[in-house]
Amino acid sequence: MGRPPSAQEDTNRRMLRARDEMDRRYAEPLDVPTLAAIAHLSVSQFGRVFKDVYGETPHRYLQRRRVERAMTLLRQTDRPVTDVAWDVGFASLGTFSRTFSNVVGCSPTEFRAGHTPVAVPSCFIAAWTRPREREAPGGPAGPDRAVVTAAPRTAVSEKREGVVAG
Amino acid sequence: MNTNHITSLHIRSVPVLDQDEALDFYTTHLGFEVRDDIDLGFMRWLTVGVPGQDTSILLELVGAPMHDEATAAQVRELVAKGALGGVFLLSDDVHATYAALRDAGVEITQEPVEQPYGTDFGIRDPFGNHVRINQPATT
Repeated sequence: MGRPPSAQEDTNRRMLRARDEMDRRYAEPLDVPTLAAIAHLSVSQFGRVFKDVYGETPHRYLQRRRVERAMTLLRQTDRPVTDVAWDVGFASLGTFSRTFSNVVGCSPTEFRAGHTPVAVPSCFIAAWTRPREREAPGGPAGPDRAVVTAAPRTAVSEKREGVVAG
Repeated sequence: MNTNHITSLHIRSVPVLDQDEALDFYTTHLGFEVRDDIDLGFMRWLTVGVPGQDTSILLELVGAPMHDEATAAQVRELVAKGALGGVFLLSDDVHATYAALRDAGVEITQEPVEQPYGTDFGIRDPFGNHVRINQPATT
């Protein structure tokens, strides 16, 4: 057998399994107890450790994951924006539009109008076009990597978007 | 026009944290064959590839001689959090491939999904590297 993993490697690998579960079930409400169990952490530890490893809260990651999927559906299909919102896990069109605009920097309709279908593996779209956090004005931004300032998170907004906390 | 005489992609390295475990995964589960397994003294040169296809993967152990220990520790942590590595494979029966890997207990990151370019699914190797397997729409 080779070298045993360091504590941080072990933590990262467990958090990756939890994040993969989020990716698989991105359209479902964020189930923190299940994710914490996958990561072998308590519910109270999970959010903090996730942010330590990935630099953002699980809820924010899920938002970007959903928006990334919505970006794909908007450019690859002609499904109504409302259907796209529901498909990716948002419970209301208003929340979806607000979150989409906050993350991407334009409305879903504006995004659809400006982007044509692409034939690239979806994992690459996920990895490379997943919207980043917005930076201060003047920061770098690409065509699909609009960099915008994240709205402040509140317990109310997390509850509204289906966060299941322990 | 190609003017630099490069003819093909020959070897691409994938960072692994245990070469024996990597060898077992890539041969037993993905069906790769061993191309080279050579003790160079300063490293184990271990390459695998899909039978009948020329490109190889170097299952490169994170650490010396490529990395000093501090860098190696950082790279290991990046591998473990899924931030490095990526292998894209083709299958002529993606659903059969998926079923075999699922039944073998391989970590599935995404079940087969119809995409504009074909049907594909995702797995992770034992260390966190992402492996994507696709059946193009034209086959």
